[in-house]
Amino acid sequence: MHRLLKRQIKKHVSREQVVPPELEKFVRAIDEAYASYDSDRVMLERSLELSSGELVEANRELREQKRELESSLTQVREMKDQMVIQEKMASLGSLTAGIAHEIKNPLNFINNFADLSRELIEEVNELLEPGAELDREELDETLGLLTENLQKIAHHGARADSIVKGMLLHSRGKAGTRVDTDVNDLVEEYLNLAYHGMRAKDTSFNVSLERNYGEDLPMIPMVPQDVSRVFLNIISNACYAANKKRETAGGDYSPTVTVTTRIDGAMIEVLISDNGTGIPKDIVDKVFNPFFTTKPPNEGTGLGLSITYDIVVEGHGGTLDLETKEGEGTTFLIKLPIQGLAANG
Amino acid sequence: MVFVLVVDDEEDVKPLFLQRFRRELKKNLVKFDFAYSGRQALDHLNSLDDMDCVLILSDINMPGMSGLDLLKEIKSTYPALRVMMVTAYGDDDNYKKAMEYGADGFLNKPVDFSHLKKTILES
Repeated sequence: MHRLLKRQIKKHVSREQVVPPELEKFVRAIDEAYASYDSDRVMLERSLELSSGELVEANRELREQKRELESSLTQVREMKDQMVIQEKMASLGSLTAGIAHEIKNPLNFINNFADLSRELIEEVNELLEPGAELDREELDETLGLLTENLQKIAHHGARADSIVKGMLLHSRGKAGTRVDTDVNDLVEEYLNLAYHGMRAKDTSFNVSLERNYGEDLPMIPMVPQDVSRVFLNIISNACYAANKKRETAGGDYSPTVTVTTRIDGAMIEVLISDNGTGIPKDIVDKVFNPFFTTKPPNEGTGLGLSITYDIVVEGHGGTLDLETKEGEGTTFLIKLPIQGLAANG
Repeated sequence: MVFVLVVDDEEDVKPLFLQRFRRELKKNLVKFDFAYSGRQALDHLNSLDDMDCVLILSDINMPGMSGLDLLKEIKSTYPALRVMMVTAYGDDDNYKKAMEYGADGFLNKPVDFSHLKKTILES
């Protein structure tokens, strides 16, 4: 632009012989303007180069930080997975003790009744010995006892079998399939396991159990090994709280854990209550937070309730709430939809 | 004749004992009663007129009133009665507490019936 302008002006000036002073002043002003424009341009270009370099550098740093954050995130995820496994193993360990005790009883009956049955068969053989008159009454009595004994053996065998099944279900790590399940049966099974598990860990532990099972509850679709962990976790906490209060309560404190099941509209409600220590106001909002625990370090991972919450809400479309009064007790209210988790949930 | 009160939350303890002691029962050497909780046991004892020769066999681990609590109650209310504790856990803590509360004997599950018979009939 400048050159074009200059050429035009020169052309004009060469035609005229006299250069008017205003024109010279004008040309000089334009020259100065363009000179200053040129130096500004050079400065701008130079500072652009610098910024561009800084940008490339900044970009490189950001990419590096992103890589570091991604690897940290992976590490944290792996740690969390490990801790979930640990928490499962921990609860499995105390379950094992409870289960071992639970199985002892049915096995004891099986062995005893089998032994008694052998004796009874000897008696039958004696009664049937040729020569002696057949004591029909005695024979009938003995055969009757034999029949009863075999029924009892079958009963306690089935009992032991379901205890083992329950344990296997619990230890299986894979994502479980949804099956229609009887809530009352599941609650009762894990109520017993939680109770015996706590007794096995703490020989002074003693808590009364009260049951209010609703009648005619429909079976509902659920992943039983997950929901059983919910019951096990909450019932164990209830037992712990009720038992703990014995340290400070008077002689007429009777630690009690009550379970209630009932239908409420489209949901089945399971209430687990204890008359134990209760949860202080300043902690109540935190109880479902991962890793939050009030127990001493080797007694709780702090993951139980947060996993429980996830199972109920995310896994089953239910709700989990609690009511508590410090010093008086706590009630957990679990609601599970009778229709199960919605297909598009 | 020895009266024995067996306290255990497992219901099949009754047919088990009645069969194990079938001969002794037929010979009227012993009579059994069964309670399935500490509470029931105390109610039963309260209803007895004659306290002679009553031996109590109680499981330690029961929901509600534990065997040890029952032991304490019986020893304070009926000091003349003998109480033997039965346990599946077999741990020292329960043993110590039971002895502390005045238990007259301690049996491990599974119960050795020939040993038990001797103990009962020699009382």
